Amino acid sequence: MQAQLAPGRASSAAPLLAVRDVSVVFGGIIALNGVSFDMKQGQILGLIGPNGAGKTTLFNCLSRLYQPSNGDILMEGVSILKRPAYRIAEIGIGRTFQNVALFPNMSVLDNVRVGTHARTNGDIISDSLRLPRSTQVEAALNAKVAEILGYLDLTAVAHAPVSGLPFGTQKRVELARALAADPKILLLDEPAGGLNHEEVYVLGDLIRRIRDDRGITVLLVEHHMGLVMSIADHVVALNFGRKLAEGTPAQVQSDPDVIKAYLGSKDQ
Amino acid sequence: MSTVQESVPAAAVPTVNATARKSSTLGRTTSLIVLAVMLIMPLFVRNFIIFQVTMVLIYGIAVLALNILTGGSGQFSLGQSAFFAIGAYAAAILIEHGNVNYALTLPIAGVICFIFGFLFGFPALRLSGIYLALATYALAVAMPQLLKLGVIEHWTGGVQGLVVTKPDAPFGLPISQDMWLYYFTLAVTLAIYIASTNLLKSRSGRAMMAIRDNEIAASAMGVDISLYKTLAFGISAGITGVAGALGAIAVQFVAPDSYTFTLAIALFLGMVVGGVGWLPGSFAGAAFIVFVPNIAEGISKGLSGAFFGVLLFIVIYLVPHGARQVAILAESLFNKMKKP
Repeated sequence: MQAQLAPGRASSAAPLLAVRDVSVVFGGIIALNGVSFDMKQGQILGLIGPNGAGKTTLFNCLSRLYQPSNGDILMEGVSILKRPAYRIAEIGIGRTFQNVALFPNMSVLDNVRVGTHARTNGDIISDSLRLPRSTQVEAALNAKVAEILGYLDLTAVAHAPVSGLPFGTQKRVELARALAADPKILLLDEPAGGLNHEEVYVLGDLIRRIRDDRGITVLLVEHHMGLVMSIADHVVALNFGRKLAEGTPAQVQSDPDVIKAYLGSKDQ
Repeated sequence: MSTVQESVPAAAVPTVNATARKSSTLGRTTSLIVLAVMLIMPLFVRNFIIFQVTMVLIYGIAVLALNILTGGSGQFSLGQSAFFAIGAYAAAILIEHGNVNYALTLPIAGVICFIFGFLFGFPALRLSGIYLALATYALAVAMPQLLKLGVIEHWTGGVQGLVVTKPDAPFGLPISQDMWLYYFTLAVTLAIYIASTNLLKSRSGRAMMAIRDNEIAASAMGVDISLYKTLAFGISAGITGVAGALGAIAVQFVAPDSYTFTLAIALFLGMVVGGVGWLPGSFAGAAFIVFVPNIAEGISKGLSGAFFGVLLFIVIYLVPHGARQVAILAESLFNKMKKP
């Protein structure tokens, strides 16, 4: 229970995102069982756990693909559970996907432009006739997209179709697309998956830079312990749908329950 | 050269997924050359040819509408003939019963079909892929019979259909009716083509293409999937309705059996032959569905259907990505000749 301490952090400002007693039941299987934790502005929170621990289920609750059977998720104090999935981006929750989910037939530029959709307005008539309403939106979003492409070093491939790019670059495009929506929280679903050692190191650096430069809070769901332990400020460990431990990377790493969940115990 | 290598081996990919790798439009120079040819062409050919090219433009608009739906938003439709029919009948009834100016019937037909398509888009939301194709097929099969219904016979003319008066050239212009109708159709085509390319290059168009490529990711970016899918159906139906209205005016006649399922298949064929997702290809596809049956008939009157099939097979086999692939090949050849 040592992991539950960390009093200084836990009691400061109101949380940006609060997960309150969330449970998810599929048929008779309890995928998540009363999980609670807070995310504070500017934090990088690592969500870890063995396969089947409920990380992805929780992630999908946050992005509104699953409806929790119990509990609540509050963004800046307001429940997000009444919003459909497509209205999550507009309150500042952005995400990337586990094996990259880009728009394969579109260029890098257009992929990132779609990222601005939640932050812009338009209608088919002004878009078809190129009325000022449409061209102004287009000019503003192009300026923002250009800035993000530059920031993530993607300007050189801006016009390339995404499907032909190396996996690591595709992941950066996905990050760029998420950043284009000006998220307050960025949900990253196993960003290190499929990357080699060096790429993981670069990625970790990038995530930290995004937090530092842009003040974006990051929720990192990750298998790769090295990455989580090196960049997360706070770690939540799940196992069998329950929260096992929570605290600083060092606290969680030395938690006997976490060690048991990952390595198994002698008497098993 | 690299573009050619990139697009050709993609033959394994289902054709409908094959969408604009390059741009969805033609370059400026090419567009201007095509436009210039279209403008002076009627001065050198017979009226019958002018009429046929007018029909190519009209079917081209309808194929383009299907292209926005399938190439743009990734939804199938084998029911475009139904929207074409509604547009045609709307124009015919307005002209013959309402004495409305023929030019005015186009936007009215467009709006009526937009509403029909938008409403049809709602049940379509629950279906995708081949199931959606089947549901739209039902629409195409039902439409000719619905048009024959006794209750609306006073307006539609029942099985007999309606005869539409062909408009004369305005302001006493010394050109034939066919030539005037050609220029009128060309102007409408140009307007629809420009508006459609604008749309696909805008925020709304990108939202539709995002849905086509990955619905879950599109939704995470804030795209309202239901809204844009139904909008795509509405836009597609609306444009098809305008084409239908133009068709009624050009052919001077509407009858239920002109708008059977065969028309829906022909439009689908035009889209595939032109290249799915490539708007200029719509007109190449339309030329195929207008001229190739004639060519087949020229080869053998009795076996025209079989020869049409063979010609179609050859085209699909040689250029699975349709006219777009030919255009890309031509462009790379041209570039190679320019700097050897």
